[in-house]
Amino acid sequence: MERRVCGLTFVLLLVGFFASAAHGVVEEVAPPPMTEGLFPCSNCHASMETNRTKRELKEEHTDIKLHHAETMRWCLDCHDAKNRDKLRLYNNELIDFKESYRLCGECHGNLYKSWRVGIHGKRTGSFAGAGKRTYYLCASCHDPHAPKFKSLKPEPPPDRPRGKPL
Amino acid sequence: MEALGGILKETWHFYRRTLLLVLKGNRAYYAWCLSLLAITIIGFLFYLKQHDQGLIATKMTDQVSWGLYIANFTYLVGMAAAAVLLVIPSYIYQFKPIKEIVVLGELFAASSIVMAILFVMVDLGRLDRFWHMIPFIGSMNFPQSLLAWDVVVLNGYLFLNLLIPFYLLVKFYYRQEPNWRFILPFILLSVPWAVAIHTVTAFLYNGLAARPFWNSSILAPRFLASAFCSGPAIILIIFQIIRRVSLIKIEDHALFKIAELMAYAMFVILYLLTAEIYKEYYSDTVHLAPFRYLFEGLHGHHYLVAWIWSAMAMNVVAFFIFLVPKTRRRLSTLNLGCVLIIIGVWIEKGPGFVIPGFIPDPLGEIYEYVPNLVELMVSFGIWAAGFLMFTLLLKVAIPIETGAFSHVTYMEGVFRREEEDQAWRIDRPIK
Amino acid sequence: MKDRNWTRREFLRKASLAALAGSSLPLLSSCTKEEVEDFLQKRFVEMTPEEKTRVIAKLEKRYEQRYGKKFQISTQEAPPDTVWGYGLELSRCIGCRRCVYACVKENNNSRHDPQLQWIRVLRLKRGNLINLEDSEHFYDPDLVPEPGFLYLPVQCQQCENPPCVKVCPVHATWKEPDGIVVVDYNWCIGCRYCIAACPYKGRVFNWADPNIPKEEVNPAVHYLGNRPRMKCAVDKCTFCIQRVRQGRYPACVEACPTGTRKFGNLLDPNSEIRYIIDRKRVFRLKEDLNTESKFYYFFES
Repeated sequence: MERRVCGLTFVLLLVGFFASAAHGVVEEVAPPPMTEGLFPCSNCHASMETNRTKRELKEEHTDIKLHHAETMRWCLDCHDAKNRDKLRLYNNELIDFKESYRLCGECHGNLYKSWRVGIHGKRTGSFAGAGKRTYYLCASCHDPHAPKFKSLKPEPPPDRPRGKPL
Repeated sequence: MEALGGILKETWHFYRRTLLLVLKGNRAYYAWCLSLLAITIIGFLFYLKQHDQGLIATKMTDQVSWGLYIANFTYLVGMAAAAVLLVIPSYIYQFKPIKEIVVLGELFAASSIVMAILFVMVDLGRLDRFWHMIPFIGSMNFPQSLLAWDVVVLNGYLFLNLLIPFYLLVKFYYRQEPNWRFILPFILLSVPWAVAIHTVTAFLYNGLAARPFWNSSILAPRFLASAFCSGPAIILIIFQIIRRVSLIKIEDHALFKIAELMAYAMFVILYLLTAEIYKEYYSDTVHLAPFRYLFEGLHGHHYLVAWIWSAMAMNVVAFFIFLVPKTRRRLSTLNLGCVLIIIGVWIEKGPGFVIPGFIPDPLGEIYEYVPNLVELMVSFGIWAAGFLMFTLLLKVAIPIETGAFSHVTYMEGVFRREEEDQAWRIDRPIK
Repeated sequence: MKDRNWTRREFLRKASLAALAGSSLPLLSSCTKEEVEDFLQKRFVEMTPEEKTRVIAKLEKRYEQRYGKKFQISTQEAPPDTVWGYGLELSRCIGCRRCVYACVKENNNSRHDPQLQWIRVLRLKRGNLINLEDSEHFYDPDLVPEPGFLYLPVQCQQCENPPCVKVCPVHATWKEPDGIVVVDYNWCIGCRYCIAACPYKGRVFNWADPNIPKEEVNPAVHYLGNRPRMKCAVDKCTFCIQRVRQGRYPACVEACPTGTRKFGNLLDPNSEIRYIIDRKRVFRLKEDLNTESKFYYFFES
């Protein structure tokens, strides 16, 4: 219930934000790619002690290999230490996972500017008329812990004309 | 009423006699016509298969989308334009020895045009939609599309080359002097019109910026010059056959005059080819690729290399045969030169022109096109149909020209029958 | 005397024509009424609205019989004040070809014999962008992107000055008011002059009846766009005319996993494509040919 209200307000905010570019198109955010069964994080972390030492995690979250400026930062630089359901900006403001682009934009300002007008990243659906447009969060395409794009297996090449090999 | 009855009788007699003329001949004639008919029918059957399956029955692809059919079309339009080379000396310069045989040359041009049109027809994907190209009934993109121009000028040339010989032959059939004030403008018009058909055909390749192999300014002059080599060459051979099998007299003098004009044209084709090759090889841009494919092979593809070099050799040898008066004036070497130039120009202007335009394609892909059985059979069928049509036309035209088939004999027959009629009716007063 | 000869020749000619016409009568009478209707169908832009409705209904029925799905053929016209533009960020294309196959599915392209793909992805060595002769079309590594290469997808560029429209002898292809170059598949005679004229190899030919698996047929089509074609007609990318005129992104834009492709209305100053043109280093392929293509390539990094 809480999440739904949060989501609705958020969508309304975005509608206002993108209104000038959208011509009546309803903007919708793609859901943040959370791992199954882990959210809300406070289920575990509310009762745990906070250990602010920068270290390699050995007991939980061992599948996450941080490969994103790992010499300079670690988990608690982005995830708020007290409230694990939120992310933390530089000015200590806490933001929801659905607004995670604000955090990415703090370091990657140029890309954030491009993303906001839609020329970086992906948008699907309608760009005009009375349809719905879905925009994708940074985290939808880039794993925030190892953001470099993974290589893909390409689709098959076109058939050689008349089966003749080159 | 009686006049109409008379006209019908004469026309019916004319048709019957032409049918008899066409159906009667010696053994060689039958062998020639029946084999051509057989090849035509085989070609037609293969065309039906192509029509049924779609053009996938050929070896053309998105990369090389024009193949043997359009190559032959280009060559045949050139052949048709060459009839003009006979018209110019005979009518404009009043060169007597050629005058009598111009009609036969123009019938040849008409057959060539029919073959060219047939090649376009078999190449069209949707022949049933041909009516879309008719102006006012369909929607012809005139004057922007050069193919629309081509349809107009080719049909106009066909009309001219049927009108002029038919008019002259019918006049000769009735032993009347043609009305020169009527027909001479058409004859003179056929000269620039012949230039026009081949220029338009050249322009339709020339205007494509996407194909740098074709996008060169000297394409139209090259086409015309090569037309004036290959067309008269085949006409020379045909005239020698005609004077052997019929009573038509064609002086050697006439043949040698034509050969002399051809020598100039051959020089021009070699010169323009040199100009083209120099420009591409010296500038050495990316547009050299099709030339390298043609003359050297590109990235391991070299199907056309042997062909084009043989064509080059044939053209050069033919040029020297025609240049040197001794070889030009001897019929055996002249005929050799003719055969060489016919084949050489066919290779250079047909596959050696159409196919390298598509290799490499605008995105750099190379597909080596080799025609398959369907295309070969349909092409042979159309060539056979054209030659058959020409043979049948000549079978009627030559007796008219020699006077063996004329209205005079018909009138003589009528007069004799009337006399016989009268002789049996003793009770009727003799008028 | 001259008049008599004229009449005779005229008569000869007329008699021959009549004979030809008479011999073709049995051929014509063997056609069904629908085949005759197909034969006489007018150009799409010349049809009255009633004729259009009739043709659409006939085609919808035919497609339903053939593919088993209820088709909806739209004839939606170009929206006002719209010229579509396309942006492609070359720094992000990884050559995965998801766009190629999404397009094939969306647009009911023939899958084999012939295989028609409106998008072709070229692989070029780094350091070269213009000499497409060195491109590789048939790369098939295990993973893309391959180091040292960049990928250049090419499709119909919807030129403002299209050479294909100039050369079509029957006006079967034309430029719509919103900039999309379309083909009336029922008017095309299959001469393939437009394919020879296109500098980008944007047009492909249906060499035979298309082979589309029935279950993959997309029934939301546009008459000038992705409706199932027939043999021996030319087709090409239409910027997904069935989608964009309703304000939806083309299929390739939605399919790209790296967000390389951008689309919008060039006349709308707030559109994504205008932003790109105003701020990024855009270029178009073969600009020296003056085709004024609407397909803008650019690099972010």
